[in-house]
Parts: sequence; structure tokens; C-alpha cells
Amino acid sequence: MQSRPMTTSETMLQGRMASARSFLVRNMVTIMFLVLSAVGYKLSGMTPFLFLMDIVARLSRNAFLVLALIIPVMAGMGLNFSIVLGAMAAQAIVIFVTHWGFAGLPGILLSMALVTPLAAILGYLTGSLFNRTKGQEMIAGLILGYFAQGIYELVFLQLVGGIIPMDNSTIIMSSGVGVRTTIDLTNGLKYGLDWPGQYWGNDLLLRPTLPWAIIGMAVALAVGIVIYQLRVDKRQRLGSTQLVLAGIGLAWACWWSVQQIQARTQINWIRVPLLTWLVIAGACVGLHFFSRTKLGQDMRSVGQDRHVAAVAGIDVNRVRIAAIILSMVMAAWGHIIFLQNIGTFSTYGSHEQVGLYSAAALLIGGATVARATIGHALLGTLLFHTLFIVAPAAGRQLFGDAQIGEYFRVFVAYGIIGITLAMHAWKQILQRRSVDQ
Amino acid sequence: MAVEPVLRMKGISKSYYGTKVLDSVNLSIMPGEVHGIVGENGAGKSTLMNILFGMNVIHSTGGFEGSIEIAGQPVQIKSPLQAMALGIGMVHQEFMLLPNYSVTENIKLNREVLKPNLASRIFGPRLQSLDYDKMYADARKALKRLNIDIDEYATIAGLPVGYMQFTEIARELDKEHLRILVFDEPTAVLAESEAAHLLEAIKEIAAAGIAVLFITHRLNEIMEVCDNITVLRDGRHVVTKASKDTNVIELAELMVGRSMEFAGRKQHYSHKGRPILEIKQLTVDMPGERVRGVDLTAYEGEILGIGGLAGQGKIGIANGIMGLFPAAGDVKVAGTPLPLNNPSASIAAGLAFVSEDRRGVGLLLNSSIEVNIASGAMFGKKEFIKTWGPFSQVDQAAVRENAQKLIGELDIRCTGPRQLVRQLSGGNQQKVCIARALTMNPKILLVSEPTRGIDVGAKQLVLDTLRRLNEELGMTIVVTSSELAELRSICSRIAIITDGRVAGILKPDDSDVNFGLLMAGQPISKGA
Repeated sequence: MQSRPMTTSETMLQGRMASARSFLVRNMVTIMFLVLSAVGYKLSGMTPFLFLMDIVARLSRNAFLVLALIIPVMAGMGLNFSIVLGAMAAQAIVIFVTHWGFAGLPGILLSMALVTPLAAILGYLTGSLFNRTKGQEMIAGLILGYFAQGIYELVFLQLVGGIIPMDNSTIIMSSGVGVRTTIDLTNGLKYGLDWPGQYWGNDLLLRPTLPWAIIGMAVALAVGIVIYQLRVDKRQRLGSTQLVLAGIGLAWACWWSVQQIQARTQINWIRVPLLTWLVIAGACVGLHFFSRTKLGQDMRSVGQDRHVAAVAGIDVNRVRIAAIILSMVMAAWGHIIFLQNIGTFSTYGSHEQVGLYSAAALLIGGATVARATIGHALLGTLLFHTLFIVAPAAGRQLFGDAQIGEYFRVFVAYGIIGITLAMHAWKQILQRRSVDQ
Repeated sequence: MAVEPVLRMKGISKSYYGTKVLDSVNLSIMPGEVHGIVGENGAGKSTLMNILFGMNVIHSTGGFEGSIEIAGQPVQIKSPLQAMALGIGMVHQEFMLLPNYSVTENIKLNREVLKPNLASRIFGPRLQSLDYDKMYADARKALKRLNIDIDEYATIAGLPVGYMQFTEIARELDKEHLRILVFDEPTAVLAESEAAHLLEAIKEIAAAGIAVLFITHRLNEIMEVCDNITVLRDGRHVVTKASKDTNVIELAELMVGRSMEFAGRKQHYSHKGRPILEIKQLTVDMPGERVRGVDLTAYEGEILGIGGLAGQGKIGIANGIMGLFPAAGDVKVAGTPLPLNNPSASIAAGLAFVSEDRRGVGLLLNSSIEVNIASGAMFGKKEFIKTWGPFSQVDQAAVRENAQKLIGELDIRCTGPRQLVRQLSGGNQQKVCIARALTMNPKILLVSEPTRGIDVGAKQLVLDTLRRLNEELGMTIVVTSSELAELRSICSRIAIITDGRVAGILKPDDSDVNFGLLMAGQPISKGA
């Protein structure tokens, strides 16, 4: 292209530009949402206090559910829309636990213990179905969700109170048959994990204020990075640029938090559900650990190429079933976390959006149907729910009608799933073409 | 000899649905021996290896006859896993690698080094952690034995093909108790220098006491590395010779042989009309059958054969001319240039094609015979169609009449023109394909693999049909086939395609040696 040879700095600059461009292309979806969220926040005219309070609640409510989608992606099964079944299992168990009168943290732990075998069985059945519909797992999962809805409704509208005895006027409809359309968890499982102390009469136990929580997280992250750098192979260590960026980010977060504490701002009124966050952090660490075990490696092998994995002697079907079981159990736990935070749920509707919303959040974080990481899940949850919060307010400010912002958000949330799936298919076609040449 | 053979296969026979593909083949290999297996496509090489590996395709079709002994012990190999446990390794023709894994992760695929942890003590061994340090060390060691410098941390995607091939070999070498290593056409995808390196590596592996089975059709390579050579032809064991007692020419002759005797048709050799199909520098991008620059001319009224081994590009030629795969070059039909990559133009120019993929591309299996016969002309030439203003309708009467005429002419055995094509035998389905091509009144008929998947008796009928079309109607026919014997029985000239180019054009009565040499990519030496 050029007549004279390029100098080293020019080549480096070109390389930088090329890598910057590929970075932009790869993270197109995430960047677009980052911009949308920032603009939306600006337009909404919300105070940082209101926004942060909402986002803290929504993050702790939804992050675990999004994490439940990672393992099936690893095993090459795409977005597991069948987590709706896990959510149904969670609701079923929560209804019974509420009926038996359990509350608080013990109630939550009991629910999680009871839902595990149920979700595992559902996961086994779903995994077996997926093994007969290889390559069509996403649509099969979606339809399976609608199918299961019918069975769920049969059980809770007709059988409970009729065949399955349940004498509880707050849960059962006045006719004596069928569960009411809304279940109130107040004085029951509500905030069982978020405010564990409430059950024992200490409202503030394990609920630090947001600034202190941020400082604690920053310190924990810094320690985590140091340990990671020391323990991991030198080829997998973080680069100096990444370390400097992480350092600046953490230092800024601490500085901002200290300022808030000193100025006694409203931010100090926001309290973080520490136990929930620890559970989510535990899930992240667990997922990372799992990906480096034999079973995790088998899943990644199967995810890349079923045929090659089978020739190497991996029992492909068994690994795929294991992936769905793990995902299903995590989804059930995630939905219990979701329900205890909301405190009330619609018996026949609360689970419906779980699959689509979690998938949308994961995709917005930069994941594809072939690759999803913990980072994608957390970032995606943050961005997706930021849009949830700011879109109605922005719509009201812009058009005088909150509903328009809401339309826009729904349009974007579903649109993004469609676009991401289409983009993935398109990329695969391009790759196949380049392999042929 | 005092040493026990590490592998002995005795009297191996195998039939698929009544067709015998292997007939009492014997094979015996000593530790440290490099044993070559040569044969044409369909000679039974891959079936023999499938039996050795206990592949499911063998057991789901009724098993096989004969016995296998490993180091003197009779064994029943029921699955690939069992074969691996017995110390049999295989380097596949197409790569069995995961692109997003490192070289190490691929070498240790499903044989990862594990260490226990808290979770595995509670939930079982499947949750043990991977011991990456040990895995990298093992990979390094295996690569070192191959004497090749590949970064064991590198990701497979983006490595040169040669490195991928060596990664596969390293994976087999890394297996403990490896006793027998099978190479299935390992040099097919390699550049020359890489192939040379591979042959060196094979010698090293054998020197370490591992028996090597080397399958290829490149005869010079087999002469270079093998101690003994077994020739298979049509499922039969022709001969096993020490490589020092034979030479490339003899092997070529043994490999091709004359398996089926068809009546030759010498009267047609002299026949040469004007050139009707001129192909210059044709390249076709057909995956697996790439054409890399073919010059070929067909003369009016002849049957031109296109032969060669699978994967060399012979199938690609007709597909390229018909516009079914991306093609470039100059093609003239009766002197008029043919626009490429445009199937309608090819049909309009008077070409008709009987595809090698009979059930996939060639036929509408769930439609009737008459619809199948008429469909080509219907879509390609708008025949058999009545037009009413903007609407059009199939002319049922014409379709029926045409079908009945051709059913009679080609002797298609069926219950009538309304019978579904799915219910016909392979040979009759093939005749329907030919009938459809004829309905389009072609100047030139291109036929690919006309006898693939057809039983022996029906083969003769299909070939006779082609010959009759040529003799009685004077139709120019270009036949592509993997079966040399059938090309030699009906063609006036046979072009052998090797590596995407014309290696040479032979007469049907040329010697077996010449056919074998051209197919193996060797020049024909003078006086042979």
C-alpha cells in the first residue's frame, strides 16, 4: 500500500488500530448498551441515590439466575431457555414451604434443599430431551417451558386443594381448590437471604451500607487478583495494562466511597444484602473452579465438537445431561433468591420471563450462544437492569409518558436476543466459508 | 521367528447387506514394523481398519468373520474405547482436534492429568482438578519424540495443517501402552516438506518398537518407509510382500488389476468427431473434490471417462460445468463459450447431468416416476407446462406420455409411472435419473458415479443403457466413476485426474501399470 517501508511506530499504531477495531466489533452489543444506559440515565434525571438503590436490589435479585445459563453454553447447548422449569420448581417448593410456615433464612435453606432433587430430576428429563434434539436445544427449551406451564397450571389450579390436601386460606382460593394468583411472602421467606437477621430480630445483621460494601469488595478483589497472579501459570496472568486499569478502577471506587461516608450523603442509606452477594460470589468462584475440573473440561470439549469428543471416548450425552442438571439446579436456587427479594409473586406468571430476561442479560454482557463467561453474566445483568430502571423515567422526561420508555425497553430486550442469534449464525457461515478455503 | 506378532488378523470377512466387501483377509505385524496397506477406493482398507477399531458401523451391520490376536492373545474388539485400551492408536485422515483448545489440551483430550480436591472427595472423581503443569510436561515429551518444535501452549486454531497432523500423532504417542499406530492417508493434506518430516517421524516411532500400519495411495511414500506391503483389491487380499522385493510399477499393477471383465468396445477407438466440449484451465471449488486446472476435450459421439481416486477432483469437473459449485476457467460447448456458475445457462447450452448424489440432489424421492422424469425439463426448459395468462399448469398428459415412453426405452422396472421413486431399487432410480436427463434432449450427457450403491447385476444394465444411448443416438457422454473397470468397459478414452489436474489420458486397453501409476501421481515411465 505504501511506497516507503513503514517505521516501527507506524506498524505498531496500525496494529493498535486494527486490534481496537476488532475489540469494538467483538463488543458491539455491550458498547451499544453502555451508551444507551448512560444516555438513558442522563435523560431520566434520576438522582444517584434512587438509581443505586434500585440497581443494588436488581443485581442481587437477578445475577444468580443469569449465572445459571453459563454451563449449558460451555457444553455447546446454547442459551438454556428451559431454566423456566427450574423457576417453576422453585415456586412450587416456595408455596409448600410457605404453607408449612417456615420463614427467614431457615426457610430459604430448607427451600433450596428441597428444590435441589426436584430440579435435578427436571434437569435430567430436559437433558434427555435435548439429547434427542441436538442442535435445536434453544427452541426445544423454549417450547418445553410452555409445555411445562400447562402441567404446572394443572397441578396448582386443579390438584392442590383438591387431590393434594392443603388447608390454608391465605394460599388456597376461597373455593377450596387451586392456589391463589398471588402469594405474599411477607412474614415468611421475604428477605430471608437478603436480611437474614430480621428473623432473629436484628434488622441490620449482614447489611452493610453501600460505601462500606464497595470498599470491602474492592479490597477482596485486590487480594483475589494478587492470589490469582501468584498461583496461575505465567501465560494466563493478567497483563500490565489490565492490572493498571483494575488498580485505577478499584482505587477510584474506594475514594468515591470514602467521600460518600465523610459527606454523610443519602448513599449511606442504601444497604447491601451481603449474604446474597456472598452467595453470588460463591457461585462465580464455584463456576470458575468447575471449569477447571475434569467434568468442566469434558463440557468444553463437547461444546466445541461433539464428534471429536465422542471419538476421544467422552460420553457426550451424559456430559450434556450433567450440564442441564447443574443449570437447572442453579436456576431453581436463583429463582428462590429472586422471590425472597421481591417478597410477593404471581403464582402463574412470575416464572414466565425468567428464561428470556436472563438470556437477554447474558447476551447484552457480550456473550454469544457459543461463549459465555462470568464477566459477561455480571456486566450484562448490570446493563440490562440499568435500562430497566432508566427507560421509563427517560420516556417520561422525553415524551411525557413513561410507557414509551417501557415500549422501547421491551423492544430492545427482545430485539437483542434476535440480533445476537442472527449475528452468531452469520459468523458461523463466515467461518465455515473461510475453513473451506 | 522368535518374536510374537503384535497384531494378527486372520481370515477377516465382512458383508454389508449381502455385499461382500472383505473376503478372508490376513494381516500380521511385528513390533517395530512399518506395514503399508495399498488399494483403490473400495478395496476394503477402511473397512479393515473399522474392524480393528471395533467401530459401531461394523457391529450394527452384523459383525464380521475371522479372528484378531493382539500379542498372541485372541481379542474381541467391541468399541473404539476397547481398541484404545488394547494399545491401538489411530491418526485420522480428517483431524480430530478441538480448535479452541491448546496443543496440550488436545493431546491430553479425555486423558487429562487429574489431582483430587475437596469437591472431588465429596462429589466423586469427575470433579477432580486438571493438573496443567503435568499436562504441559507430558505434551512437551510427546512432541519431543516427534522431533518437532510446536509450542505446547499454542491454540490449535490458526496453526498450519502440518502442525495439526503432528499434534494428532503426539496424542497417540502420549498414550501409554501404545502398541499399534494406524496412519490413515496421513500425507494427503501435507505439503511436501511436511510429508517428508512425517515419514521420518514414522521411522522413529517404529524404531521405538511400535508397530505402524500405514495406509496411503502414494506408492513412493510406501516404498520409502514400509518394511512390508499388503495389497488389497475388491476386498481380497492380493499379496503381502517385503518392500525390498517389489517396486512401484509392480504395486500399481497389483493394486488396479482387472477385477470385472466387461466386453470391450474396440470399434470406437478410432471414432473422433469434432470437439463438442472444450474445457480449459477449469478450477472448481468443491469441498473435498477440488479441481485445480483441468484441460480436457470431449469429441462428438464418444464416451469419455473421467477416473481417479476419491478426493482428487474428478467429481468436481461435472459439478463445476453444471454450475453447482463455484467454478472458473474457459468452457466451450460446440464452440460457444459457456457462462460458468449459472446452472440455467448450462442446461440451455444442451448439457444434462446425472448427479453422483442420487438420493440427495438427483431425485425427488417422495414424488412419482413421471414427475421425476419431467421435472428437469419443466424447470430448466419450461416444457410440459401449459400457460394461461399469468397462471401455468402442469401438462399431465404430456408428462405421462413421456414417462411411459422412457420407462419402456430404458426398461425401468416399476408398477407404473405413478409409483414413488423411493420404492424403486438403486439401479432403477439411476435409470430414472438418466431418463430425466434424456427428457431435456441434451447434446452432452454428464454422468457421475452411475453405478454407486447399485448391486452388480444392475450395474451392467446401467452401463449397457449408457452404451446404447451412445451407439444408437450418437449421444456424447462424459462418465465420471471411481470404478476403473467400468470406465474401461464402456469408454473410448479415459482421463485420470490426480490432485485436481489431468494426470494423463489413456485408452481402455492400456496396461494396468499405467492406470495405477497415473492414479498414484507418478509419471508413466517410457516403455512401461
